[in-house]
Amino acid sequence: MSVAQAFFYLFSAVMVGSAFMVIVSRNPVHSVLFLILTFVNAAGLFLLMGAEFLAMILIVVYVGAVAVLFLFVVMMLDVDFAELKQGFAKHLPLGSILGLIFLIELVMVIGTYFVSPDAARTAPKPDTTVSNTEALGRVLYTDYIYYFQIAGLVLLVAMIGAIVLTLRHKVGVKRQNIADQVARTKETAMEVRKVASGQGL
Amino acid sequence: MSSSLAVLPVVAPAIPELFAGAGVLGLVLAGAALGDKSYPFIRWLVMLVLAVTLVLVYLASGTHAEAFGGAFVSDGFSRFMKIAMLWGSLLTLIIAESYLKDTRRQAFEFPLLILISTVGMMLMISANDLIALYLGLELSSLALYVVASFDRDNVRSSEAGLKYFVLGALSSGMLLYGASLVYGMTGEIAFAGISKALTGTASVGVIFGLVFVLAGLAFKISAVPFHMWTPDVYEGAPTPVTAYFAAGPKIAAIALLVRVVEQAFPGITSQWQQVIVFMAIASMGLGAFAAIGQKNIKRLLAYSSIGHVGYVLVGLAAGTPEGVAGVATYMAIYLVTSFGAFACVLAMKRNDVYCEDISDLAGLSKTNPALAFAFAMLMFSLAGIPPLAGFFAKFYVFAAAVNAKLYPLAIIGVVTSVVGAYYYLRIVKIIYFDEPKEGFVPAPIAVRFVASAAAVLVLAFVLAPAPLVTAATAAAKALF
Repeated sequence: MSVAQAFFYLFSAVMVGSAFMVIVSRNPVHSVLFLILTFVNAAGLFLLMGAEFLAMILIVVYVGAVAVLFLFVVMMLDVDFAELKQGFAKHLPLGSILGLIFLIELVMVIGTYFVSPDAARTAPKPDTTVSNTEALGRVLYTDYIYYFQIAGLVLLVAMIGAIVLTLRHKVGVKRQNIADQVARTKETAMEVRKVASGQGL
Repeated sequence: MSSSLAVLPVVAPAIPELFAGAGVLGLVLAGAALGDKSYPFIRWLVMLVLAVTLVLVYLASGTHAEAFGGAFVSDGFSRFMKIAMLWGSLLTLIIAESYLKDTRRQAFEFPLLILISTVGMMLMISANDLIALYLGLELSSLALYVVASFDRDNVRSSEAGLKYFVLGALSSGMLLYGASLVYGMTGEIAFAGISKALTGTASVGVIFGLVFVLAGLAFKISAVPFHMWTPDVYEGAPTPVTAYFAAGPKIAAIALLVRVVEQAFPGITSQWQQVIVFMAIASMGLGAFAAIGQKNIKRLLAYSSIGHVGYVLVGLAAGTPEGVAGVATYMAIYLVTSFGAFACVLAMKRNDVYCEDISDLAGLSKTNPALAFAFAMLMFSLAGIPPLAGFFAKFYVFAAAVNAKLYPLAIIGVVTSVVGAYYYLRIVKIIYFDEPKEGFVPAPIAVRFVASAAAVLVLAFVLAPAPLVTAATAAAKALF
């Protein structure tokens, strides 16, 4: 067993185990932490496949942003998880049918590789002359620059729309003025008074 | 240096869009920096950007040219539709001024969102593959959802925006599903590639995809059976926005629909023709009958716009250059007529309240003869009574349908337009023969100007139909 294979089994085993823990652990915070562990192991698997850019993106975006967001949601919203899990037994038959369908689909997809070995050969081969990042950059910023820019404008619209529909300027709200704060001196900020003992101000 | 010169022709066909897009970015920055007080300034600059874009589109040669690796196409058809659509955006900003002032929503974002949706619609009209189609559609739609609920303290306006957003997202989903099927079955996203891959009999998968794509687009043009949102959104949205909905987005979506069926699916015309014929008949029928019972003028105009989409689809169903020329002529005439009608609705203001009931128009001929005359002429034109422009619009599409041997479709169209004439004439009857009510306050000059200019154009079209018809015919030729 080569080192790469050993790492593959390590990452896979930890990933499957922690994914299982995400759904069975009682404490939602533990669920999110196990989710992060799953992501990190998935990133490890990507690295083994030579997709270093995807691995880093997975860490930065999913672990760094999405999972932390989940954590915030779990901790800030008062979600009653016991209540959510109440219908578990009732919906079990439907859930298991859905699970069975997904299992059949999975078997069929993987089965194609055994039924027709040619199928694997029709998949596009990765270009080994450039790095992942460079190849993605070429696709995004050269071939698909048009779509990329329109997608950017769509996000801009979402931002403007959210602001214009929800932002309200309240009168009488005290705002921080950093210039004023910095410009304060000892003379304007402090006052020394003589206080008669036992009387206060 | 030489490489940058070599790149220039690649983006040259998209120069109007690039200019308008750069305008959006610059004005967002300017608005954010200057704050709320910048509304008049931003509004004028947006109108300037729209006007310059219009000039740039006018100056474009109109010959077929592609940009960005074939994702973007500029030809005679796109030029015609963009000019009509840009006039719609300009007119919206002109008539919106007084309304925004009265509802205290003079935020600089309003003209900006109109400009962004205009950019999105220009990209829709010029879309030449499935990804560009979807992105253009989404860019314009997202901006439209926001302007529909722009009067955010008004419950009906918020409801209109929410309803439009939810149903619009659903239709985008259908469109994407159809597009993915078409891509999966043909292996192509470019319209030209799809049409090349579809020769002979089409597979069930492609037809399935085609139907879903058509359903998504039918939602945007509010053709039956995807029209349910239209009356509620038209009624709830601020009136200038409703005027915009009836003109700009409809022109862009019709142009996109025409391009998709004529350029991506010409090989399976018999397949999409059935769908278009069904939607045309259903829209004409619903537009004619459902509008009869309406009491709110904006709702009535919504049903009227559904009916008019049906007539436009008659021209498209013909599937001939003549039919597409009819579609282009129809959209240009409908743009002018519906803007005139909505300007008249904006003039219905009494004691600081904008009236929307048809009964409020009673006896308008006594209290405001000029407005009454303009309103009556526009209603006659929408009904399609000769010699007004609306008659010729209908004439061209029906003639195309007859020449394409679609006799039942043309006959149903004529019958429904006779039925539809009832409710347009009822408005004229209320204006001229009912007991006068208290008069409206004098409308702002911009609203009066748009209403009277539209009435004059509708009346004068019979004197010189040639320029528009020639331009539409030349535009239609670009697709075949």
